Amino acid sequence: MAGILYRSAQVLGRGLRPCWVASHNSHCRLKSSKADVEAAEPKEGAVFAPLDTFTEEEGMLRDVVRKFAQDRIAPLVKAMDAESKMDKSVIQGLFDLGLMGIEVDPKYGGTGASFFSAILVIEELAKVDPSVSVFCDIQNTLITTLFQRLGTEEQKETYLRRLCSDMVGSFCLSEAGSGSDAFSLKTTAQKHKDYYLINGSKMWISSSEQAGVFLVMANADTSAGYRGITCFIVPKETEGFHIGKKEDKLGLRASSTCALTFDNVKVPESNILGNFGHGYKYAIGMLNEGRIGIAAQMVGLAQGCFDHTIPYTKQRIQFGKRIFDFQGMQHQISQVATQLEAARLLTYNAARLKEAGRPFKKEACMAKYFASEVAGTTTSKCLEWMGGVGFTKDYPIEKYYRDAKIGTIYEGTSNIQLSTIAKLIDEQY
Amino acid sequence: MNPFCEIAVEEAVRLKEKKIVSEIIAVSCGPQQCQETIRTALAMGADRGIHVDVSAKDAETLGPFQVSKVLAALAKKENVNLVLLGKQAIDDDCNQTGQMTAALLDWPQATFASEVKVEGEKLIVIREVDGGLETISVKLPAVVTADLRLNEPRYATLPNIMKAKKKKVDQVKPSDLGVDITSRVHILSVEDPPQRQAGVKVETVEDLVSKLKESGRI
Repeated sequence: MAGILYRSAQVLGRGLRPCWVASHNSHCRLKSSKADVEAAEPKEGAVFAPLDTFTEEEGMLRDVVRKFAQDRIAPLVKAMDAESKMDKSVIQGLFDLGLMGIEVDPKYGGTGASFFSAILVIEELAKVDPSVSVFCDIQNTLITTLFQRLGTEEQKETYLRRLCSDMVGSFCLSEAGSGSDAFSLKTTAQKHKDYYLINGSKMWISSSEQAGVFLVMANADTSAGYRGITCFIVPKETEGFHIGKKEDKLGLRASSTCALTFDNVKVPESNILGNFGHGYKYAIGMLNEGRIGIAAQMVGLAQGCFDHTIPYTKQRIQFGKRIFDFQGMQHQISQVATQLEAARLLTYNAARLKEAGRPFKKEACMAKYFASEVAGTTTSKCLEWMGGVGFTKDYPIEKYYRDAKIGTIYEGTSNIQLSTIAKLIDEQY
Repeated sequence: MNPFCEIAVEEAVRLKEKKIVSEIIAVSCGPQQCQETIRTALAMGADRGIHVDVSAKDAETLGPFQVSKVLAALAKKENVNLVLLGKQAIDDDCNQTGQMTAALLDWPQATFASEVKVEGEKLIVIREVDGGLETISVKLPAVVTADLRLNEPRYATLPNIMKAKKKKVDQVKPSDLGVDITSRVHILSVEDPPQRQAGVKVETVEDLVSKLKESGRI
């Protein structure tokens, strides 16, 4: 070792030997700083670890994101909601921390972590701001995943690198006339020599205000029905591509949602992502994973709301005792906490199934359906438990309540999840 | 990680980024959980770690004297010439480990640092003292303890957390370093602070004065 140090010291022209840091941590300090869920590795010989067992990195990623969310996002949440605008420092922070390319291969500048890590990040962010959470969720579970899985080397070099460092991506499927019935989309792509002309419009496109690249589902062969749907990479500055005005929404207000119009938008054939006519497969496949992301967002959202509410119920005195001490309150709180736990376990299990390469479609639908319903109940109950103040903007509860509602609508409504679950049950018997 | 230790790690990483130091070794004494603390330091930019393994039971009696003996032994073994520590742990608030380590090594110490500059073989350290700021110059090798305003520690980024996994963490026992960690402190008794006695209400100023006289206060 001395030899190496001597060499490097010479190169630097300084006589300094290694700097040495002691991070002394006594036992009791570690105990008190422990996360609420112990991130211990499974014990030797224990084959079946509990679902909330994390690897060391997963635990660390979660802690860093938790800290970032508390320090850098929490102070801005209220203003971002009121102004309906994501603060630039938050977006920059997400990029700086490596949260915008969680699963991307480090050779393209990504973090190279697991799908489950992404799920934990989405959950942690949602505890503080569900808008920031969905912004990060879309980039990770849809955009970078599609590029990484289907992109040509050139597409990966061009876009993945930027998606990890400074470019937001947007996934464009829904249209005015095709929401749940996604494959009836009317946007077309007509082939001319070696390029395509895209015409039509899209609605409800998340992150479209900030995005630099758009993955657009357009039908390139209408005679083949949905089998003509193809995924095109459309850079923001392409001529004829227009981003419309931002929707004024009930919740997730800091996350932008715009309408897009395509007027003879010319893209080269090389901008097709994956195979011609396979867009519907990609969309469906990605949304299966995306649902686990939304489930994690809803679990985080509900937990964040719950965490803000319970301490209040222990402080608020009525009829001479804490409102937490009333049996009527206790039973409600326990019911909500139990549902929240169930939603989290459904979500983690779906994510672990996906990671293990096992079928997870039904479980993802169940997780997304259940978590979004639970988020609705939790936020509604929390608001009631807080009484009058819960109804005011002085407390964050009403925002969680507004933010939760989208959970039963986007990335497949609750009804669509139930239909898909039923379809899969039907196939089983 | 203890917040002051985090500041010390950040300072070390900044010194490395300025190419002033060649290697950063992060050290933690305690049970298995310390590995997590070391990993955080590695994710922030330390090059390798040393975990001084002390069982959870022994860690309960691990005081500044025992830790500083371990640190002094390691500093000699690793042949380092700067030991950076947090000024104190936020649980016991002892604020002794840095000072003791310097004494055991017979090195100069610069405690409560709010700015550290390297000038050749010397450190120029600005210290936060009661009356304001004191600038001192110490010869290397030295022991420096970090105060709150030395810097603002960075977040360990996700890619760096992933890379930290591949960095080496050695494990040693205090006995390997020839250090006896038996505590010299015996706790004789622990008592609650005295309960505040109930006061007395008085009707008039005269009453107050006479009561105070009675109780010998004035």
